[in-house]
Amino acid sequence: MEQPSADTMIAIEGLAKRFVLHHQGGAEIPVLAGLDLTVRAGECVALVGPSGVGKSTILRCLYGNYLASAGHLWLRHDGRMVDLAALEPQAVLALRRQTIGYVSQFLRVVPRVPALDIVAEPLIADGLDEAAARRRAADLLSRLRIPPALWPLAPATFSGGEQQRVNIARGFAVAQPILLLDEPTAALDDGNRRTVVAMIGERKQAGTAIVGIFHDEAVRDQVADRLFDIAAARQAA
Amino acid sequence: MTGADYNFAYLDEQTKRMIRRAILKAVAIPGYQVPFAAREMPLPYGWGTGGIQVTAAVIGPDDVLKVIDQGADDTTNAVSIRRFFRRMAGVATTEHTAEATIIQTRHRIPETPLAAGQILVYQVPIPEPLRWLEPRDTETRRMHALRDYGAMQVNLYEDIARHGAIAKSYDYPVLVNGHYIMSPSPIPKFDNPKMDRSPALQLFGAGRERRIYAVPPHTPVRSLDFDDYPFTVQRWDECCALCGATDSFLDEMIMDDRGSRLFICSDSDYCRGRQGAGEAAE
Amino acid sequence: MTGSGPILTAEGLGHDFGRRMAFTAVDLALWPGEVLGIVGESGAGKTTLLRGLSAQLTPCRGRVLYGDRQGRQIDLYAQSEAERRLLLRTDWGIVHQNAADGLRMNVSAGGNVGERLMAVGERHYGQIRARAADWLARVDLDVGRLDELPSSFSGGMQQRLQIARTLVTAPRLVFMDEPTGGLDVSVQARLLDLLRRLVGQYGLAAVVVTHDLHVVRLLAHRLMVMKGGLVVESGLTDQVLDDPQHPYTQLLVSSVL
Repeated sequence: MEQPSADTMIAIEGLAKRFVLHHQGGAEIPVLAGLDLTVRAGECVALVGPSGVGKSTILRCLYGNYLASAGHLWLRHDGRMVDLAALEPQAVLALRRQTIGYVSQFLRVVPRVPALDIVAEPLIADGLDEAAARRRAADLLSRLRIPPALWPLAPATFSGGEQQRVNIARGFAVAQPILLLDEPTAALDDGNRRTVVAMIGERKQAGTAIVGIFHDEAVRDQVADRLFDIAAARQAA
Repeated sequence: MTGADYNFAYLDEQTKRMIRRAILKAVAIPGYQVPFAAREMPLPYGWGTGGIQVTAAVIGPDDVLKVIDQGADDTTNAVSIRRFFRRMAGVATTEHTAEATIIQTRHRIPETPLAAGQILVYQVPIPEPLRWLEPRDTETRRMHALRDYGAMQVNLYEDIARHGAIAKSYDYPVLVNGHYIMSPSPIPKFDNPKMDRSPALQLFGAGRERRIYAVPPHTPVRSLDFDDYPFTVQRWDECCALCGATDSFLDEMIMDDRGSRLFICSDSDYCRGRQGAGEAAE
Repeated sequence: MTGSGPILTAEGLGHDFGRRMAFTAVDLALWPGEVLGIVGESGAGKTTLLRGLSAQLTPCRGRVLYGDRQGRQIDLYAQSEAERRLLLRTDWGIVHQNAADGLRMNVSAGGNVGERLMAVGERHYGQIRARAADWLARVDLDVGRLDELPSSFSGGMQQRLQIARTLVTAPRLVFMDEPTGGLDVSVQARLLDLLRRLVGQYGLAAVVVTHDLHVVRLLAHRLMVMKGGLVVESGLTDQVLDDPQHPYTQLLVSSVL
């Protein structure tokens, strides 16, 4: 990669992603090709484009959930740039713990695990003791207006909005320097939407580099410093 | 009938050598069960075929033999084995523990302390102490080799959990020389302490299972237990009705249909000796 | 996931039953605190591989290294059997699919949990019993059933008892073969929850063999997919399940209801 500036947190170079469906005649579905994107500390980049253009795919590649077919995914980890696309799974896990936070579109609920524990889990994995992790988790859930009566319950029975807020609390629990947001406000009412916007603003202030998908244009305008149009980028490439 | 047509002590010399080799190995590895090619003997399995082969392999013309069954010299099994060796080896026999050079026993150790130079031969029905928890022989042998004895201790744990104490009262497992767990044969646990560092040589023969094992003189023999549930032996409130002994293993006798009971020494020689001493003193 | 190196390493591991290959060319490294899932259909060689990794079967090819508490890398099958067995009683634990294979069914729950303590020389009945009771509670079993036989327990309870029996000596590495196999779905969920909690709480490293993708999704950090004795794909669990590369993995993932 070229010498990155000191505040570069993410540098995607020539990212390609295609899916090969072996059981459908080896059909190849190209989603991304030759994609470049740089995100600096404290910057929020909103991915835009019609549905199916590959917005979520970019986030998933950045999280190591999808394998890049080609290209580099440079992320600043422990003070230096590492290429996620070339890392061993073991190292990707360390990256996720310390460097990349991810709020997915839907909460993947673990059966029987209480909401409070779901939020506290990444904090404990990050090395916080259990009591402190639970306090921090409780703060986040309070701020996102999850009533304390729900904390000891497993979120499987929660409403969509409640599940999404538990998911946001979990994603924001550890303040990793890179944050990926996939439609974080989709199922939320106005009050909670404002809270999430405020939380995103605080993280930007703290220097977090954010890449997100926001269908809600009002939210997008409030948090995004820059739009990245995938369709346009593809034509340019 | 005389023993003239038979080899000395019934077994042929090759067989005796084979058994002696097994005994030597057993003595060299205290508590380890040595397989041997047990022969057919002129008595049924369970009547002491293992013990009788061990005795036949170690007995010489100058030996004095004592045979006891449950401590008594005068029960059928003891009488017939004693007569067998009188005929087949022409050896002297005795009922006095102190006079015997070889004592073959079923289910007891004599009360009179054994001395250096004496050999105690045990008849053993089931030599494998781990048999109840592991039916496979290959596996029990491996457990012994690796001293994988947790399961044995579990047996005792279960007793305490169920009965509040270790209920096993005979064939109580022992650890020999800090290595092998060994079945002492179905002697009462009362006799277990007598095995520890005994000056006599203790040989064990299992005919049906074809195993010989040994405790050489002065070998430590420890009965398994827990720190907070130490090994104890049976005690009686009564004393022997015949000799008044308070330190011997007592058999309970039902005297009549009304349930009158009497306790007498299981070791008949010991009891007679005490009675004789008592009369002499009077 | 600390420590000076992997807790378990396999290099070129392979085994044949006569002329039939069970598994071959398996390389893996497991780190302290990490859970590795092995999935594949029946006959893929998963269970045989697990046995080969866990000193239950000597593989024909390759070697297995264990990184012990002192940071040494020990060649498992160059050890004497006595040393391997000691490892199995102390640092390692095995959870069998059938609780009956991992439990003594004619021994009380307390005796089952206490056995491993007694096997490493614990000789105080009161302490053994107290620790057994403590572990029954940790796996959500009623302490009042300490003296009952496992045969009076339900399948899920037996499995939890087996886990307590395995973890009582604080092993660092646990091998599990279909730990939730044969249990009702609701019982499975509860058991998985327990395993997740225990693995996290005690920083256990684990190898989990299963054909159930839900189990690995919840339990395993990393995943190995086996077919016909070969590892066809491996990677982070969520990556392998969400973006499977190999035709067989795609079939496996798409077959989940």
